Amino acid sequence: MSKVRVLVGTRKGAFVLTSDGKREKWEVSGPHFAGWEMYHVKGSPADPNRLYASQSSGWFGQIIQRSDDGGKTWHQPGTPPGESPAPGPPRAESNKFVYDTSDESGKPLTTHQWYDGTQHPWEFKRVWHLEPSLTDPDTVYAGVEDAALFRSTDGGQNWKELSGLRGHGTGPKWQPGAGGMCLHTIILDPGNPQRIYIAISAAGAFRTDDGGKTWKPINHGLHSQYIPDPHAEVGHCVHHVAMNPSRPGVLFMQKHWDVMRSNDAGDSWQEISGNLPTDFGFVIDVHAHEPETIYVVPIKSDSEHFVPDGKLRVYRSRTGGNEWEALTNGLPQSNCYVNVLRDAMAVDSLDKCGVYFGTSGGQVYASADAGDSWAPIVRDLPAVLSVEVQTLS
Amino acid sequence: MIRVILPQHLRTLAHAGSELTLEVEGPVTQRSVLDALEARYPMLRGTIRDHVTQQRRPFLRFFACEEDLSHEPPDAPLPDAVASGKEPLLIIGAIAGG
Repeated sequence: MSKVRVLVGTRKGAFVLTSDGKREKWEVSGPHFAGWEMYHVKGSPADPNRLYASQSSGWFGQIIQRSDDGGKTWHQPGTPPGESPAPGPPRAESNKFVYDTSDESGKPLTTHQWYDGTQHPWEFKRVWHLEPSLTDPDTVYAGVEDAALFRSTDGGQNWKELSGLRGHGTGPKWQPGAGGMCLHTIILDPGNPQRIYIAISAAGAFRTDDGGKTWKPINHGLHSQYIPDPHAEVGHCVHHVAMNPSRPGVLFMQKHWDVMRSNDAGDSWQEISGNLPTDFGFVIDVHAHEPETIYVVPIKSDSEHFVPDGKLRVYRSRTGGNEWEALTNGLPQSNCYVNVLRDAMAVDSLDKCGVYFGTSGGQVYASADAGDSWAPIVRDLPAVLSVEVQTLS
Repeated sequence: MIRVILPQHLRTLAHAGSELTLEVEGPVTQRSVLDALEARYPMLRGTIRDHVTQQRRPFLRFFACEEDLSHEPPDAPLPDAVASGKEPLLIIGAIAGG
């Protein structure tokens, strides 16, 4: 019997929601790491019991947590729980994210654009997104603020920057969005281990075809009125990018404004906003089995971060964009003013495909029929930052 | 024997109680106490001071003997009462954000 495990990161802790394949009755465990901001929790595709979590705090900084038993117990990598602490140097520094300024890497750029247009040094703040390798449970990527990509190959014990991204040369034109200058999307190409896509607010999308050594901006076709050159190579506030693993060259993007699509691995983009009530939003995801079925949650505007008209509506396109239908069955259709953040939607791989999302109001909604109907798994969690799903056999 | 009181979240991370005791060799300063603390509880590295610059994280404060020592140099001697173990060094989270 299949099982589903939903990993929820919130402003005040993490929660693990589990159900059988019917996805009707749910068990809720948590809060884990109560009181901490949990930006992201994600499981390894190569070992579903291996979970990584980003735990952070304005007071105490960044912590990386790992579970090797599906979320029952957690530890900081390199510092197992229950082991008597001993004097001496630590065996690992799982929360040490230090930007690479070595001669060997060419001393990547150390300033980016600040809100007022002046240059500002890179300062590590937190990990927004953890993306475990598709094949190795001990390899995991971290997208951080200020924007950079790190990789661990020892289960999260030590981290090294893939500095070719910041060394690309456009760094002084990158700038923070309202949430900070974050690298929030990491997509690993299942057919080509050398190819990785990432996205940064507000710089845009980038791709490497050599395992992270060199990167190219992939923003041709994006149009952003809030930068001096609306068609610039970088500077676009990309909110999220999604891909169906069966078609790695086809990408879907929710930008600050505009929903976009690329059929050529990001080399060019076309707008597919079509009949959406507003094309501002944060999340976008793709059906697990139908690569032309995509989901977004339109948000009213960049100055009013809640759903329009007081109605929580997921929009689904079965045609790869442009033609969208509102999905409302089971979702509040009056007096609702929540937001759905960029990493807070995910799909399972059961048949029918399950779709999940979490809101700034603390609700986690699930659909076991590809979006036709919805029900809340939980209603009153802290504000949800991220939702990931594991389909377990 | 040096006594240190951590904020609750750091106690949880360190799997430690409300008050810790540490042996510190040589002069008792902020730096030597934090060195001893991080050596014994390596999971606290980076949570009180920056990994690289060793600067105190901005939202943390150091108090002892009813004094704010946050802005004292890291190598300045801590009060005798802390060095003798009579009084604890308090590591406090700033009251920010309600």
